[in-house]
Order: sequence, then structure tokens, then C-alpha cells
Amino acid sequence: MLIKSLVAVFLAAILTENYVLSKFLGICPFLGVSKKLNTAVGMSVAVTFVMVLSTAVTFPIYTYVLVPMGMEYLQTVLFILVIAGLVQLVEIVLRKYIPSLYNSLGIYLPLITTNCAVLGVTMLVLQKVDSTTAFTYTYGHALVNAFGAGIGFLVAMVMFAGVRGRLESADIPKSLKGLPITLVAAALVSLSFLGFAGFVDKLIPLA
Amino acid sequence: MTSILIAVGIVAGIGLLIGLILSVASIIMAVPKDEKAEKILEALPGANCGACGYSGCSGYAAALAKGKAEPGLCAPGGSSCTKAVSEILGVETGAVEPKVAVVKCRGSLEHTSYRAEYSGIMSCAAAMKIGGGLTACTYGCMGLGDCEAVCPYDAIHVSNGVACVDGGKCRACTLCVKTCPRGIIEIVPKKEMALNRCSNRDKGGVTRKLCDVGCIGCKKCEKACEAGAVTVKDFCAKVDPSLCTNCGKCVEACPQQCITYFK
Repeated sequence: MLIKSLVAVFLAAILTENYVLSKFLGICPFLGVSKKLNTAVGMSVAVTFVMVLSTAVTFPIYTYVLVPMGMEYLQTVLFILVIAGLVQLVEIVLRKYIPSLYNSLGIYLPLITTNCAVLGVTMLVLQKVDSTTAFTYTYGHALVNAFGAGIGFLVAMVMFAGVRGRLESADIPKSLKGLPITLVAAALVSLSFLGFAGFVDKLIPLA
Repeated sequence: MTSILIAVGIVAGIGLLIGLILSVASIIMAVPKDEKAEKILEALPGANCGACGYSGCSGYAAALAKGKAEPGLCAPGGSSCTKAVSEILGVETGAVEPKVAVVKCRGSLEHTSYRAEYSGIMSCAAAMKIGGGLTACTYGCMGLGDCEAVCPYDAIHVSNGVACVDGGKCRACTLCVKTCPRGIIEIVPKKEMALNRCSNRDKGGVTRKLCDVGCIGCKKCEKACEAGAVTVKDFCAKVDPSLCTNCGKCVEACPQQCITYFK
């Protein structure tokens, strides 16, 4: 049952609760870096990496420090602090031990330090932790959710890079050229993700 | 009151902890920076033009510091830059011969004409794609200014349908050479010499119809030259700068006035 619920959480994070297209977090990199496929993939990999790592650290901090103290309201401030510090640490470690990965992630790693999608993943997952209901997120669920959110980010970025590639050669009215048509296209892609609503949710109570 | 203090304590404590971890990590896992490369980077002009063949000034500096590159590849920096770099590296090098870009076409509007009216994107690269360009001569400058747009030193300008390099501003970074879709911009030594300012390789009769100042490959210059610096190949004369004595005999002999003095 645990595995089934983990799969359900993973799928939900990618499809029904896609952080970019359903929760509208991380729109800035979504519009900014999706012009080219390779930068889109590079950014997404960095985001996934940071999301999982931040959740791995912030979840225990919330559970074992903030909740016992009754200081849940500090989560926003503290999470930003922790994520920023963590990204710096990861950067130092990568530069020393895996310079090739450091070079390929390049500017994206420091860029996403305070990305709202990363903060959103770490904070929104806490709402799912409610021991009074039949199904509550554990630490494992939170990690899988973060990984799924990153993959969902990747899916959205890659899809949108394709859409933008088509827009390049399309005959667009002058008034819509550039950002306007990009936003319209983003809205349509987001609309298509509405089709997944209710697709995975049913799995979770059964788990 | 105590709850505020606890909140401050938690944030400050975690902040302090992260700060400590980060500072310890940055000391333990410090990547040794190449001081030589940084010094060299300061000595380079920082134009990131790529004339040296590396991705930019930092790439060239890193290669220099590792001994993989020769000083003196930097055209924009000139001899002063090479000297500074050599001093840092502790090696001796000869002076860099100053170089300059030259457009090998003098086909301005009074000398040649367009073969079609062009109203597309005002770029040589775009015009090239439509039937091979808009000028009557398929070798000559189209004058749409791709070189002008790419030049970081404001040294090349199109006037009267043909691009012309300002030798005083040009630093021979080769950006225009790479940009020109017809490949008629060349880097030559900055010295007094004769130079054929035409790139046309059509047969003489064809060239003569197209342009008043086109090289027809008559070989008069080749015969006139006593130093053996001029050779005609594919109906186009070429002056070897290393052999040219600037005697002016080829310039006098040229019936098309395409060989000119250059300085």
C-alpha cells in the first residue's frame, strides 16, 4: 500500500498538481528559460535537484523544531533561509567534487535559490501532513512529491519549449508578438492540464 | 514577549548554523583559483571577441596560464597586451605585427549596380539566401551592413553601397571577417603596401561588364612587380604583403584601378 500511495503522490505532483501549470508557481523561469530546449532541461534538472534537497531538510526542521515549539508561522522566513544556504552549500560541494555538473548547471543553480516553486513545494506539502485524516504525508511522501514536482516542472518546460519553437515560425499578429502570445500559449497549455483533474486523486484515499 | 524571543532565537540560531556550515565548507572545499589566469585576464582587453580562437578572454587566460596557448594571439590587445601577458608568464615574445581588416571590394554605386531590387530583411546574410545576393557582382560587397552591426569598435561603415574599414579604429578582431557572407573581408598587416581591393573571380570580360573597378585578371600587375609579390589566380590578383615593397608599379599598371595603395 505504501508503494501505491508513493506512486499516486508522484503522479499527482506531475499531472494534477503540476506546480507550474496548476498552481502557477515558478512562472518566471517557465517563461524566461523555455526559449531553448537545452536550457529548459538544464534549468529543470537544477530545480528538481534543489526541490528534493530542500524538502529533505525543511521537512524535519518543520516537524521537529517548529511544531514542538508552536512556531509554525516562521516557516516562510526559515525555509527561504534554509533553501538559500543549502543551494550555496550544494554549489560549493559541486564545484569541488563534480565540476562537470557544476559547469553544466552553471548560472541556474544560484538563480533558483529563492524560486517560488521551490519554496512552494516545501511549504505546500506541509498542508498535506494531517494525522487526523485517513491519509497523511510522511517524510517519504514529501520527498517523492518534491521529486515529482521537479519532473512536472521539467515536463511543463519541455512541452512549452516545443510550443515556443512552433510560435517562432508562426504568423502572429503584430500586437500579439513576443510576450502576449507566449502568455496566451501558456494559458492554453495550462488549460490542457486541467484535463488531468481527478485522474490521480481517487488513488490517494484508497492507499 | 517570550514567544518573539523564541522565534528570533530559532531563526538566528538556524541562520548562524547555516553560516557556520557554509564558512567551514568553503574553507575545507575551497577550489584553488588560478592566480596567474586571473592576472592574465586583467591584462587582456576584455572584449571577448574570440579573435584568439578561445571562447572569450577568460578562456584564453585559462589556456595561457596552463601553457596551452601562445601569448600574442590577442589582436585587439596588440603588442602592449602581449607584453603584459608575457611578463606575467615569464616568457619572451616578439612584438605582434599590427593588423587591420580590409574590405576587398570598392564597388560603390557609381562603379557597379544592383541586379535586382531588394526589399527583404536588410541583412547581407538574408540577401545571400535569395538568389545569391542583390549586387550585379556575385563576389562584391552588398552594403547591407552585417559587418557594421557586428563590429564592437565602430570601425566599419557602409557608405555608398560598400563597406569601408576605419584603420584607426579597427583592432583586427576578425568578427567582421567571420560575419561577411561573401567572405571578402580580410585581415592584413597594417603597413604601407599595394593591395588588390577586388574579390571577383569571374573571367575578365564578365567582370568588366559588372563593375568599373573589378579585377579582370589581366596579369599586368604580375608582370610589373619586380619583387614577385603579385600573383594572379582565378582571374584575381593577390599581393603578398610580406614581399610587397610598396614600389607602386602594380598600381600604375592596373587598368581597372583595383590595385591601390594601402596604409
